Amino acid sequence: MASGTLAQSGASVVARRSSGVWRDAFGRLRRNKLAMVGLALVLLLVFMGVLGPTLAPFPYYAQDIEAITANGFRPLHPFEPLSMETGHWLGTDELGRDSLSRLLDGAQISLAVALVVQIVVLVIGMPIGAIAGWFGGRIDNILMRFTDVMYAFPDLLLIILMSVTFRNTWLGQQFNGLLLVFIAIGLTSWVTVARLVRGQLLSLKEIEFVEAARAIGVRDRNIVTKHLLPNSIGPVIVAITLGIPGAILAEATLAFLGVGVQPPRASWGSLINEGVRYIRSDPHLVLLPAIAIATSLISFTFLGDGLRDALDPKLKGKQ
Amino acid sequence: MASYLIRRILWIIPVLFAVSVITFTLMHLTPGGPWAREKRLHPDTEARLNAEYGLDKPWHEQYVDWVADFLVLDFGPSYRYVDRDVNAIISDGLGTTIQLGLMAFAVSVIVGIPLGIFAALGHNKAPDYASTGLSIIGIATPSFVLAIILVLVFSLGLNWFPATSSRWGDWHAWVLPTIALAGYPIAQIARYTRASMLEVTRKDYVRTAQSKGIRQRAVVVRHMIRNALIPVVTILGPILAFLVTGSFVVEYFFGVPGIGRFYVQSIGTRDYSLLMAMTMLYAFTVAALNIVVDVLYAYIDPRIRYS
Repeated sequence: MASGTLAQSGASVVARRSSGVWRDAFGRLRRNKLAMVGLALVLLLVFMGVLGPTLAPFPYYAQDIEAITANGFRPLHPFEPLSMETGHWLGTDELGRDSLSRLLDGAQISLAVALVVQIVVLVIGMPIGAIAGWFGGRIDNILMRFTDVMYAFPDLLLIILMSVTFRNTWLGQQFNGLLLVFIAIGLTSWVTVARLVRGQLLSLKEIEFVEAARAIGVRDRNIVTKHLLPNSIGPVIVAITLGIPGAILAEATLAFLGVGVQPPRASWGSLINEGVRYIRSDPHLVLLPAIAIATSLISFTFLGDGLRDALDPKLKGKQ
Repeated sequence: MASYLIRRILWIIPVLFAVSVITFTLMHLTPGGPWAREKRLHPDTEARLNAEYGLDKPWHEQYVDWVADFLVLDFGPSYRYVDRDVNAIISDGLGTTIQLGLMAFAVSVIVGIPLGIFAALGHNKAPDYASTGLSIIGIATPSFVLAIILVLVFSLGLNWFPATSSRWGDWHAWVLPTIALAGYPIAQIARYTRASMLEVTRKDYVRTAQSKGIRQRAVVVRHMIRNALIPVVTILGPILAFLVTGSFVVEYFFGVPGIGRFYVQSIGTRDYSLLMAMTMLYAFTVAALNIVVDVLYAYIDPRIRYS
């Protein structure tokens, strides 16, 4: 009996240790109200992005000529009697297209930006930064000069050049030409993560625990993957979550400049671009997509901030 | 250090070479050409123009010609602005763009770093929430949205500053573009400073300093801020780069007479020489700024040695 209890408690201790860091982190994340707000908004964006087009009351390209004629050929404003009557709760644009439906379609674009760009960034940035930081010397030099070349490119210019150059290829045809824009944004955004990981490794590898690991004969690969990368994951997560707003911002900026998504499809940035002309008479055409962009940027920022506080084990017991 | 610096400076040459080859290739792979107009030119006219500008030669010869001109800093004639060459276009607007970038950079650092420090010192208290709230607004508002709001409030509403900045001689025209450009960097710097300060708070040397009985003020200024700013320096590079590209949107929106607007315009019009000049200028600026940031990094953190 006694030995059985001992064995059980021993087993539970081991189990707790192996999942402890992440479980503790999740517990801390759940207690962080802002992070939970962020997570809720991120889930809302995911929900809107995945289901939005099916939930939308109208197709994003459909013009309601009758409603707009009844309004004297002017855009319907949100929550006006005529808007509620015709079902355009958030109003329409100057062509009678439903604002809510266009916003929902834009959510899909923003969600896709967030995902695809950060995957490209992680897949390229982490290994390059880790290899450069760990090996140092010649390899570091070559990789960092390579990132210098990438870094020295004007982002906007490279993205626009690539999207114009490859528009007629297979890649340029995917997802209304947006996939090409996403990959182009990713190809210009990984440098920050690579430099961050390299910087972390440079300073971490001089710390005693690495020396200790080396002294007991841990292989280089395991030191990097088991000791250095987990210890530098906090800043990387902050950079990645901060990178998501960055990517959404980049797409919105391009769309605002009229590059990327082709009409009639519109991302939030191109909605603002179209609405700027009517800012005085119909401010909702700019304000609604601006609020949508701001909300999505804030949500990832809150979540990233919460993750940072939750994942940093050095914070333990200090809060 | 000196030999490191020389090597880094020499490295700019291959960087510029790579950037120019990539841009040149992408540019010529792009369908269309500088003579494409709504009304098509007569083939003979087009052929004569191509011969005049050397566009009838094979690409590699064109590239060699371009490099030869570039080495004496001659960026050639613009294909769009017939009466002006690229050097004149750039020298007209460069000063304005640099001035706008520097003003925005100064504002970002002067506002962003104290904001982050105050947030960290009052972690999870009112200063933290106030400063984090401000930096969240900064991150959540794209420069073009910020620009729209600024114009709505300060030009159309209060009539304090002009809505367009085409008359750059008047300092009133500088205010709104500078704020619009600095909003995002302020928030970024504040966030990184806050994160870095929180990290430093838990360091042994801070605890040692505190247990020695040093006044909290001295601990913060001498031990915490000095160490916390080291990682912040690493993001100054990306931020400077952001200011250079970001200036395009802001210059476009406010009509600032800088060179930013030529970035995208030159791609649309296939103005090859202007496009190449803009890319090289940007690439050189970013490469040079990188060296400055790295040197600064080694200077303020003696643990880091370049060899």
